[in-house]
Amino acid sequence: MTTTAVATARRAARRPARTRSLRPWYRNGTLVTGLVIVGLLVLVAVLAPVLAPYDPIKQDLQSALQSPSGSHWLGTDKYGRDILTRLIWGARVDLRVGFLAVLIPFVFGSVMGALAGYFGGWFDAVVMRVVDVFFAFPFYVLVIVLVFVLGAGEKSIYLAIAAVSWGSYAKILRGELLVAKKQDWVTAARLGGMSHGRVLLRHITPNVLSQALIYGMSDIVMDILAIVTLGYLGLGIAPPTAEWGSMILDGQEFITTQWLQATIPGLAVVVTSLGLSFLGDGLSDQLSPGRRS
Amino acid sequence: MLERLRFVPARLLQAVPVIFGVTLVVFFMVHLLPGNPALAILGQTATPDRVAALNHQLGLDAPLWKQYLLFLRHLVTGDLGTSISYQRPVSELIGTAVPVTLSLIVFALVLALVISIPLAGIAAGKPGRGRDLGVRAFTLVGQGMPQFWVGIMLLLLLAVKLGAFPVGGYGETAGSHLYYLFLPALTLAIALSPQIIRSLRASTIAVLGSDYVGTARSKGAAGISLFRGHVLRNAAIPTVSIVGVNLGYLVGGSLVIEKVFAIPGLGSLMINAIFSRDFPTIQAVALVVALFVVVVGIGTDVVYTFLDPRVDFSAKERA
Repeated sequence: MTTTAVATARRAARRPARTRSLRPWYRNGTLVTGLVIVGLLVLVAVLAPVLAPYDPIKQDLQSALQSPSGSHWLGTDKYGRDILTRLIWGARVDLRVGFLAVLIPFVFGSVMGALAGYFGGWFDAVVMRVVDVFFAFPFYVLVIVLVFVLGAGEKSIYLAIAAVSWGSYAKILRGELLVAKKQDWVTAARLGGMSHGRVLLRHITPNVLSQALIYGMSDIVMDILAIVTLGYLGLGIAPPTAEWGSMILDGQEFITTQWLQATIPGLAVVVTSLGLSFLGDGLSDQLSPGRRS
Repeated sequence: MLERLRFVPARLLQAVPVIFGVTLVVFFMVHLLPGNPALAILGQTATPDRVAALNHQLGLDAPLWKQYLLFLRHLVTGDLGTSISYQRPVSELIGTAVPVTLSLIVFALVLALVISIPLAGIAAGKPGRGRDLGVRAFTLVGQGMPQFWVGIMLLLLLAVKLGAFPVGGYGETAGSHLYYLFLPALTLAIALSPQIIRSLRASTIAVLGSDYVGTARSKGAAGISLFRGHVLRNAAIPTVSIVGVNLGYLVGGSLVIEKVFAIPGLGSLMINAIFSRDFPTIQAVALVVALFVVVVGIGTDVVYTFLDPRVDFSAKERA
């Protein structure tokens, strides 16, 4: 996570000025592949109540632990719940939490980084030291401890992920601002009598936000992985809600007899991550060609 | 050689505010618990006497600044408190867990390099061709897999189906430790290698295009000997910092992986502590791990200077 942030920030520091791709977005294969995968997943999540053949929560112990068949395509779990149904409903939970979790750190981190980069001085020094402190804790250590301290549940997951990942956005935006504020058009805007706030919001932000957006795509992947991991550890979205991580935990018990149970939800995570990675790479091509190695 | 390390004292000094911040975060963790921490730890059924006793044991009846100073004074003397669930000094528990986690991480790092170096070399040899795309697919999929799930899948394939490895535990002797740690280390290596491959592939392509590689080629160097003798060390320089930064991530991942494979390291200690609400232990693990990350950061810079004599972290310009 941090690696990407630092690398992106470094690349940003070398960039001369904003350039736009000449290729229309629909000719960008990576972007389109990503859009299709993520679009389909979002569609599945939204249409879960319509698509899913069974109830995701209601138990039917008589049909527990069935192998895949015509009526249960992916079999059933130990409570007799249809695994395909729970997979579909799981998309709803994991995608929603993953997408929402990125918002707070994106906004807070970007604002802090932009202010630090623009104004510099003691504010910059303080913000960056705080970021260093948060980066000293490995991602999972802080997320797990914070979720525990704040109490398991969705709200804690948002807060914990925000606390852990805002620093990356701050670093990226700060790097971008350090370059942008030296540009002639910024000086011109200031000389024209515009306030710092107006220059920052109206003139600089639209130009520097793309890197944070691109990073945001890979950050959603990190967040979904974190949510699934928390679910697996029993600290995430509480059962019986269908969630991919806790589905893997349930399936691990039956790994010798019903290996599909633990395998399938993991594959769902992989497909989601791939879609988001393609989307991020495609966006990066589109918004800043020539910046990727 | 040694004069290259002139930057170390300044670098250590730079780490002081970070370490100070880390202790603050770890200290205030307890105070984020809603309500009275002692009550939260003991549960709603606790008698007021027990709550008061635990409050006193945790030092929670003193003013906050006094508590923090006490916390710091204990830290300096190596006193991490007493584990609530084990009723033993936390430093003892940490002491037995650290070597386990550390060997897991080192093992994982070695495996990650064994996987990454050849793959990066193969990919960089012919960028854009089939094998490059293959390696790229591996990195993309590798980054998107939940680590614990990779662990379960390896368990399924290599331990359950093939019976080649144990399904969990740590073994008794040094040799068996290696055997027991192989699958968890491989799991972590698979998670770490995409980052290393990406960085190493990019820098190898850059190095392959440089003049001195052209010279080496014109003198007849090719294939693996060219890669080993002329390319690898230069290409490895940016990768060192990638590995350094990701070691922290690796530590975090190892905490989760230990749970999958039932390995008695820091991760199992922390996860168990969380479920038994053993706060001193949770704090201690977080602290130890964060300090490790800070130390690794400094270590990375030292390795960097030795790999690349051109890098000079001390401000003075050398001739």
